[in-house]
Amino acid sequence: MEHIISVTAENKFGVLSRVAGLFSGRGFNIESLSVAPSVDPSTSMMTIVTSGDDRIIEQIVKQLNKLIDVIKVVDLNESEFVERETALIKVHTKPEDRAEALRIADIFRANVVDSTSMTYTIEITGGIKKIEAIINLLQPLGIKELIRTGRIAIAREPIRPAVAQPKRVAKE
Amino acid sequence: MKLTGAEIFVECLKREGVKTLFALPGGVVLKIFDVLHQQKDIDVILTRHEQGAGHMAEGYAKATGKPGVALVTSGPGMSNIVTALVDASMDSVPLVCFSGQVSTNLIGNDAFQEADNIGLSRPCTKYNFLVKDVNDLAVTIKEAFYIAMTGRPGPVLVDIPKDVSMNKADFKYPGSVAIRGYNPTYDGNKWQIKQAAEAIVKAKKPILYVGGGVIFSGASEELLELAELAQIPVDMTLMALGAFPGEHPLSMGMMGMHGTYWANMAVHYSDLVIAVGARFDDRVTGKVSEFCPHAKVIHIDIDPTSIRKNVNVDIPIVGDCKRVLRELNQILRATANGEQKELRKPWWDQIHEWKRAHPLTYEQDPQGPIKPQHLIKRLYELTRDRDPIVSTDVGQHQMWAAQYFTLAKPRRWLTSGGLGTMGFGFPAAMGAQAAFPDRLVLCIAGDGSVQMNMQELATAVVNKLPVKVFIVNNQYHGMVRQWQDLFYEGRYASSYLDVVPDFVKLAEAYGAVGLRASKVSEIDDVIREALAVDKPVIADVPVDKYENCYPMIPAGGCNHEMILADPPELKKKQAAGAQVVGEDKDTVLTA
Repeated sequence: MEHIISVTAENKFGVLSRVAGLFSGRGFNIESLSVAPSVDPSTSMMTIVTSGDDRIIEQIVKQLNKLIDVIKVVDLNESEFVERETALIKVHTKPEDRAEALRIADIFRANVVDSTSMTYTIEITGGIKKIEAIINLLQPLGIKELIRTGRIAIAREPIRPAVAQPKRVAKE
Repeated sequence: MKLTGAEIFVECLKREGVKTLFALPGGVVLKIFDVLHQQKDIDVILTRHEQGAGHMAEGYAKATGKPGVALVTSGPGMSNIVTALVDASMDSVPLVCFSGQVSTNLIGNDAFQEADNIGLSRPCTKYNFLVKDVNDLAVTIKEAFYIAMTGRPGPVLVDIPKDVSMNKADFKYPGSVAIRGYNPTYDGNKWQIKQAAEAIVKAKKPILYVGGGVIFSGASEELLELAELAQIPVDMTLMALGAFPGEHPLSMGMMGMHGTYWANMAVHYSDLVIAVGARFDDRVTGKVSEFCPHAKVIHIDIDPTSIRKNVNVDIPIVGDCKRVLRELNQILRATANGEQKELRKPWWDQIHEWKRAHPLTYEQDPQGPIKPQHLIKRLYELTRDRDPIVSTDVGQHQMWAAQYFTLAKPRRWLTSGGLGTMGFGFPAAMGAQAAFPDRLVLCIAGDGSVQMNMQELATAVVNKLPVKVFIVNNQYHGMVRQWQDLFYEGRYASSYLDVVPDFVKLAEAYGAVGLRASKVSEIDDVIREALAVDKPVIADVPVDKYENCYPMIPAGGCNHEMILADPPELKKKQAAGAQVVGEDKDTVLTA
């Protein structure tokens, strides 16, 4: 089963290779991996999309935790989470298809971030299904280049019942 | 006052209490060697190969419980010590290895003797560091020792570029270390420990399955108390030998592929397996899906990744073996009410029956070729009073040593378990001898294995490390030959060692003492003579070439399905002697 694992790690050289090496050395899958610095610039956040049965996922989480540069590991599948991915799609269109390309972008609320007489570069952000859907629609028009960020994800805050605020009595 | 990186390095080692450094110089570490040369607190043992330095440091660490320290140069120096790092990584040996690196401005340029030391060592160290600035050197060294020695011990590499060893910085050794991503769990979960205690009190057929973790955490006393309190038999892994007194009535000896019949039967038929500091290695579990099929499993280990890696665990306890066992004993002292002995009588009757049915045996014809088991048994009997440290290489002789050289105390047994590194034994023995100059250190080696680090004989002679090496010489890679006998229809592909050097002359050539026992009647004299001299001794003992090591669980077999002796057709083949395929001429150089 697919799992999304969020890793907080030291932001220093070699950490990515330790994480990647762990996955390759132990035969775990990486479907996608994205890394960037966190709010605290001394740490970076990784989102790793992987798959395996419960025992493999348990091992992945434990092995990641065992890495000395790893500060925190969360298997997001254990709770609710939001995931997003961004893709940049360069569409090489015939003149008669250009309007269609824009229409598709519009339907998906995608942005055109670059355009030439022959191409549009479309930026799309969303869940994996949305990204795949727009790719499917644009493909017949001619995709020249496609680049995806890989998925990033974040846990949803649990919804707490609203706490009644103590009434403020204005002093006279 | 500012110190150079090299001076800081030496200062740090002194602060860490390092007495012995196993080292081999090269261009980029010369500055460090120059400083080492001008001080007296740290003894530098120059080895003849970096692998030797690594295994010596391992032997030192295993025998003392302190970190073993090695220093090698960049490039080939580093790549040569990689085997020892992998070995230490597999067997959780606290090793701190320093490697030289080309100057920081040359890193990545394919400079002379440059290698990506961090890349090379990443998968085989607990952690590794590249020091880019001399100001970071002291903190890095402090952290390296801390990481190597805490939690589940392991090797740590510190890569020091040439310019870092030359540049100057203020020296201040940090008093403590804080690494936010590294906080090993030492105390076990109390509720889980209570669960474990309840399971132990109730179990009818419990067994302790103990591993090297007991030795690293110094938990032998606690283990003994637990076993005695609850009358539980103790199965030891190869790494645990010595953790529990081998001659204690509760000791079952070694378990696993070449473990005793009763140790393996007991774990298979047990209803409660209490694993302590062990990691369910495939050489112990055999076919993992059928390992202890009737048992509930308690697993105590400091490394959470060991738990449920190979087998399902009912009561996992992450923590230091010593602390967890102490806690467990405390509960058991109150709850184990003396009924356990009665409750477990049928279990013990069964174990005694297994012991009677298939004891460890061999037949030594007084006129015939020396049986390797007999050699090891005599070696044990003639040295046991001196409480020796015993190292082994890897192969048949290692298994026979594990079976016949009974150990009473921990840190007496130096062997390469996880990686199975041939060539480990001789340098490891030297490392232990360097730590304990007055103790008796034996090395039980194979003729194949010992040649893999034979060059260290020079190191032993020069540094006056009087280790006693007994070569169980069957002129084969014996374990390979055994597998070929059993699983490859006796086709001895590349297992026969056509030319084996005259080890006696070889020892003498290096300035050591060479001895040989060719007949059964000579064994005792050779052992006594070896013990009498205060020099490194190589005792060559040609043994029965076709002796195989039993019991044996074939790889992937079940623990209760052991091969107990040579199959009849193999016996016949061996009787034909020299006609065995592959060995058509006898060109051995021995006298």
